[in-house]
Amino acid sequence: MFELGQVRKVFSDGSVAVDEITLTVGPGEQVAFIGPSGAGKTTLFRLLNLTLRPTSGLLRLGGVEVSILSDFELRQARRRIGTIYQQHNLVGRLRVVHNVLAGNLGRWSTLKAFASLVRPQEIAMARQALGQVGIPEKLSARTDELSGGQQQRVAIARVLVQDPDVILADEPVSSVDPSLALSIVTLLRDLSRESGKTLLMNLHSVALALAHFPRIIGIRDGRVLFDLAPDKISDELLGALYAGHAEEEIQAERFNELLADSGVCRPLPK
Amino acid sequence: MNSSPTAGSAGRFQSKSAFPYLLVFFFLLSLVLSIRVAQVDPRLLFEPAALANLGRFIRGMFPPELSRSFLSVLGPALVETIQISVIGTLLACLLAIPLGLLATSSLTWSGILHERREAKRRWLLGFFPYAVARGLLSIFRSIPEFVWAFMFVRAVGLGPFPGVLAIGVAYGGMLGKVYSEILEGVDPRPLEALRASGATTLGIVMYGLLPQALPNVISYTLYRWECAIRASAILGFVGAGGLGQQVELSMRMFQFNEVITILAVLFVVVASVDLLSGKIRARVVR
Repeated sequence: MFELGQVRKVFSDGSVAVDEITLTVGPGEQVAFIGPSGAGKTTLFRLLNLTLRPTSGLLRLGGVEVSILSDFELRQARRRIGTIYQQHNLVGRLRVVHNVLAGNLGRWSTLKAFASLVRPQEIAMARQALGQVGIPEKLSARTDELSGGQQQRVAIARVLVQDPDVILADEPVSSVDPSLALSIVTLLRDLSRESGKTLLMNLHSVALALAHFPRIIGIRDGRVLFDLAPDKISDELLGALYAGHAEEEIQAERFNELLADSGVCRPLPK
Repeated sequence: MNSSPTAGSAGRFQSKSAFPYLLVFFFLLSLVLSIRVAQVDPRLLFEPAALANLGRFIRGMFPPELSRSFLSVLGPALVETIQISVIGTLLACLLAIPLGLLATSSLTWSGILHERREAKRRWLLGFFPYAVARGLLSIFRSIPEFVWAFMFVRAVGLGPFPGVLAIGVAYGGMLGKVYSEILEGVDPRPLEALRASGATTLGIVMYGLLPQALPNVISYTLYRWECAIRASAILGFVGAGGLGQQVELSMRMFQFNEVITILAVLFVVVASVDLLSGKIRARVVR
């Protein structure tokens, strides 16, 4: 699905966010990215979802080099990639139904998009997506009246409506409580399994990553430190990944304790 | 007692730079020079001739002219003033919406939405229209509506239409500039998300930009409408219809009792528009 060859991203202030990353992700794969904050994981995801342009290196999506795409082809390519952000990136003043149906904007004509703001089009689609994430009753609520966890589920419903080939989730659970975090991660993973969508997720919680993903990539200082199956990852490797980020290590541990305390995953209401 | 932290924190506020003093000095200097250049002389106001004129002017205002024949002339002029302001503001919006969108840098050429575009396309399809729109808006608003009205009276003749055009163009320039500033100030993260899902620029405008900006856009447009009523009352002075034309006529005829009636009517209209638009704003901005 994705092929990266020595991809570098240097920002205009000279800071190197991604430093020669080379990796391949096949279609239908589920990969978790872990690493200290500031390691370049979010920048990597913004390169992968075609928001940022690499400073140098190769980036292929489905075998096609993206740097040669025209504006129109770029839009077509972006339609195939759904992104879930840490901060939801929803419009709070819009009703939930519009934020969810915004997943259609890559397909809809301008006229249809406008008509939908007046009278929501393909409302059944929005209703089904919200049902899948467990908040069907919020269809016509104003988005900023929802809790953080509910807003994140609206963002997931938007991606469900978009129906992409790849789902990129950038720290999707860092603003929700541990048991809900677990249910969101499993929801996305099961979705990817059932529909064959590729799933890439940045995770703050090492425990969640190791427990639910068959492939773990550790990123540090903009480079790939390791790319292994979870059972091959030792404490020494994790220590090296987070070395010098003591606070995060402690936080990660606390999070894991919380997770252990809260016991099992709270199921999303069907 | 350890006094060093106190000394340290006090030191932070003691600027060694002479810059603030220089700034104050130049400010005072420019103030003094301005008073001289503007020929400010309060004594002129209290000279016997001036006081006598002022007295005649004020005495002439009473009793206000309330005869039926005058009021029946005033009614249509008042309606005309309100209509000029409404249609003028509408025209201003029609100019300001497309130009304001083009003049929004975050939409046309700079920032996260354009990171992937080729530099050449970004320049040609983004920055160029942006600069043209900015330039037009700045020409529109830097020429006062009074001057626009003067020119349009020459172009299309006397009457309310040149007033509409003058308000439309001058206020279009102001509204467009402010629209673009409001649009540039919205949270860019939802826009980035829409762009990343393959939305077109118009899709981003409809689902990300406008919903965030709408309360401020409506609020500022209403405020401009209030200003347009005042302006349309003045535009009559150059022959662009409405109440202003009546004020100018009465002034020229030294009928100050008519002037006071018109001013009172204008006051009531402006105050009620203030009230109305305040009500609408309170409903919209939530």
